[in-house]
Amino acid sequence: MPEHDVLIIGAGLAGQRAALAAAQAGASVAIMSKVHPVRSHSVAAAGGINAAISLDDDWRSHAYDTVKGSDFLGDQDAIEVMCSEAPGEVMHLEHMGVTFHRNDKGEMDLRAFGGASMKRTAYVADITGQALLHVLYEQLMKHHEQVERYEEWFTTSLLMDEAGASVGVIARDVRSGRMEAFTAKNVILACGGAGQAYKPTTNGLIVTGDGIALAYKAGAPLMDMEMVQYHPTCLVESGILITEGARGEGAHLLNANGERFMEKSAPNKMELASRDVVSRAEQIEINEGRGVGPNGAGIYLDVTVVPRKRTLEALREIVNLGRDFAGVDITREPIMIRPGQHYIMGGVKTDIDGRTPIEGLYAAGEVACVSVHGGNRLGANSLLDTLIFGRRAGEHAAARSASMPMPQVDTISRLKEDEGSIAAIVAREKGGRRVSEIKDELGETMNRYAAVFRDEQRLQSAREVVARLKEEAKSAYIDDRGTVFNQDVLGALELSYMLDCAEAIVLGAIERKESRGAQFRTDYPQRDDENWLKHINITATADGPQLSYSPVTITQWEPEERKY
Amino acid sequence: MSSTTSAPRSSVTQAFRLRLRRYDPESGQAAYWDEHEIELEGHRSVLEGILQAKNRFDGSIGIRCSCRQAICGSCGVRVNGEPALACHTHLDEALLGAKDGVIEIEPMGNMPVIKDLIVDMDAVHWKKVQRVTPWLIGKQPVPEREYIVDRESMVDVTQTMACIQCGACVSDCLAMEVDPGFIGPAALAKAYRFVGDPRDDARHERLNDLAQDPQGIYDCTHCFKCVQACPKDVNPMGQIMRLRRIAGADEKIVDINNGHRHEEALTTLIRDYGLLHEAELIPRSYGGNSWFGKFHPAAGKELLSSLPVAIRGILRGKINPKIALLGHKLAKRDLDSVKRIYERVESKPERYELNLYIVGEDES
Repeated sequence: MPEHDVLIIGAGLAGQRAALAAAQAGASVAIMSKVHPVRSHSVAAAGGINAAISLDDDWRSHAYDTVKGSDFLGDQDAIEVMCSEAPGEVMHLEHMGVTFHRNDKGEMDLRAFGGASMKRTAYVADITGQALLHVLYEQLMKHHEQVERYEEWFTTSLLMDEAGASVGVIARDVRSGRMEAFTAKNVILACGGAGQAYKPTTNGLIVTGDGIALAYKAGAPLMDMEMVQYHPTCLVESGILITEGARGEGAHLLNANGERFMEKSAPNKMELASRDVVSRAEQIEINEGRGVGPNGAGIYLDVTVVPRKRTLEALREIVNLGRDFAGVDITREPIMIRPGQHYIMGGVKTDIDGRTPIEGLYAAGEVACVSVHGGNRLGANSLLDTLIFGRRAGEHAAARSASMPMPQVDTISRLKEDEGSIAAIVAREKGGRRVSEIKDELGETMNRYAAVFRDEQRLQSAREVVARLKEEAKSAYIDDRGTVFNQDVLGALELSYMLDCAEAIVLGAIERKESRGAQFRTDYPQRDDENWLKHINITATADGPQLSYSPVTITQWEPEERKY
Repeated sequence: MSSTTSAPRSSVTQAFRLRLRRYDPESGQAAYWDEHEIELEGHRSVLEGILQAKNRFDGSIGIRCSCRQAICGSCGVRVNGEPALACHTHLDEALLGAKDGVIEIEPMGNMPVIKDLIVDMDAVHWKKVQRVTPWLIGKQPVPEREYIVDRESMVDVTQTMACIQCGACVSDCLAMEVDPGFIGPAALAKAYRFVGDPRDDARHERLNDLAQDPQGIYDCTHCFKCVQACPKDVNPMGQIMRLRRIAGADEKIVDINNGHRHEEALTTLIRDYGLLHEAELIPRSYGGNSWFGKFHPAAGKELLSSLPVAIRGILRGKINPKIALLGHKLAKRDLDSVKRIYERVESKPERYELNLYIVGEDES
């Protein structure tokens, strides 16, 4: 049975960064992912990574922008950590080999991004996430003797000891179908968000809330799950993301009358207001009949105002996306976009070292809620979040493992249990609904009732549907009876993860009776600091989900009215 | 903003037939074809078609996929025999290439199949990537802030950074089909990402390693298949050719495979004769790039060993002995135009390297 000091679940940016940090600190490390690491969804992050590296910038300015972007729900101690450590981390990645775009002096170039008071986004064309992810994987290949890789292993549950500490996982080798128990002194969850609970979403098909649900089932509290980001520029039909870098480079948003409507809601920042603000403004145009395209369901993003050569060099990927996925040459004509589900600000509650309230269990990246993003994440802060808190979790877990023995747990019975539940899914009789049908209904429900604008009635509808789908999922049948690459059975497990996440999102949204950040309640349209300047935590218990609150940490910036 | 916009795409769905290559390693049976009819708009992707079949009819269809937007590199397959990302191929376009009205989807080539459309990339692709020391060996001392480097140099290596490791080029590599040990297009493109990076401290060692390896940069047969296969315009063969030029011309690496000398002999012969002079090519590649090359013992040995091939070629009428031995005779006017091309290329102060990230498309 494999034993490791630090076992990391998920091999996107947070996971790989955690693995390298823990290995460097001398721990025996393993990283496990249900897909090959370079397929992780960090690869799709396009626009860049924020850091106050410019000599006339200051990390406090970055921190303030982040606090304001979060609609004052972000914890300021965590935001200070992230922003003050950002320049060092970005330089570290540059030294590792990330091919950051340069200015004419040969220094790293910076581009403008939403909600930022100055240019502070370092980038590699519009494939920044891919460049970062591939360079980290280069380092994993380099350090293959220090970091063991379990590629294409699916985690089915977290192992807990009798005292309630996290001591490993049960996982299934996707290629062979073999199940195995892994003992670890520390487990770091780094397996991303839950975007597939929505349809459409910018997130890949693998982003199914695995880590959030595993932690939730194990008793860890989830925080601010109602905060779901809708990105302002997604292709109308497919939901594919068009990077905020486009607006960073100067692109305009236009309604059916050809007006730059952002001047109504954000006269100063215009298209570069924070994402919640822009998405709402777009949705209002669409709802009030000023949308473009079939059914007026879209908005024009006009990139033609950006010099063509600059677009071809710095926005090459979206030139290709426009051509291949919408049939539009964005250098010559505007492209139709709309808001679409993109990111979950909420997640497993952690402190600034990635520790969850469960001993030995850490979380970092989108799976976690530190909270640096509060009610709304700024563009180009997610890559930063993954790297800073991935590293900190890795370092902390390595230090913790140095002073403790390897846990001794009876893994056999837990292994048998998970093997049994998978066998039971495979053996289900045809008769109920298909897994894919339930998943589609879930996604459409969330996108209808728990989206940009919410109210009590719609959220209650969502709650009822999710509860029904949870029941239906218990008897949903699959076709694949094999063991090698049985993606069908893993899909059934992923569905149960997504349903848990969706339930928490809806409960949090019903509970928060105010409008803040990404949560806009048409029945409570004002921000209410007096009653709701606090985090909502949801914990799974034998009696169902329990709600509780925790305070927002405020260090130097008192809440104020938010204007862009 | 321009006043014209492209016409909205058709929202009318149509039926497409997909023929999937299936293989179940647990069945003990050979691979087989499996057909499904799906219904989608023509501009939707082959991946969406496969997923519809999987979701509606048969959940056991195996295919790796995630992002649906050609960035994660998971869904490399062959569509009608050509390597492609399933998510990056439109159904209507695929139908045009289908020989009997059914879109045929198979796993990638040159890699063992695990199940259905899923291949073992570790056994081939990732092993080869590992072969090229795929990490930056940074120049020392490491600066406190970023390395100061040319703006163009970073844009240049970004073209190879854009490789999503999908394996399409590996699938279609003819050289790898003949010589499975060939390092191959993807891994060599990755190698250029470091050789072309001014921050890397091991440029000469990397190039020497790849030039001396008989399955390295000179094992590529220049067939352009990988260039065509790549969904991200990485241009793997172009990167291999750049590695050759830097190794031979800049770093003066004389490789034991005679790769660089062979290239030099070929370009000299075309300059002098306008067309390839077959009989001179081998002696010059092995004996030295001049008329005297054929008298070098190494040339004699190589000539002798290629004699059977030459004789077979003559017997089958593929080689005209007179032209092969004496070379082509071009009209002086034609020969002069060939020479002018050489003069024009060689008079440029810097070597012309095509890189779409830098050159972009023509301004208009």
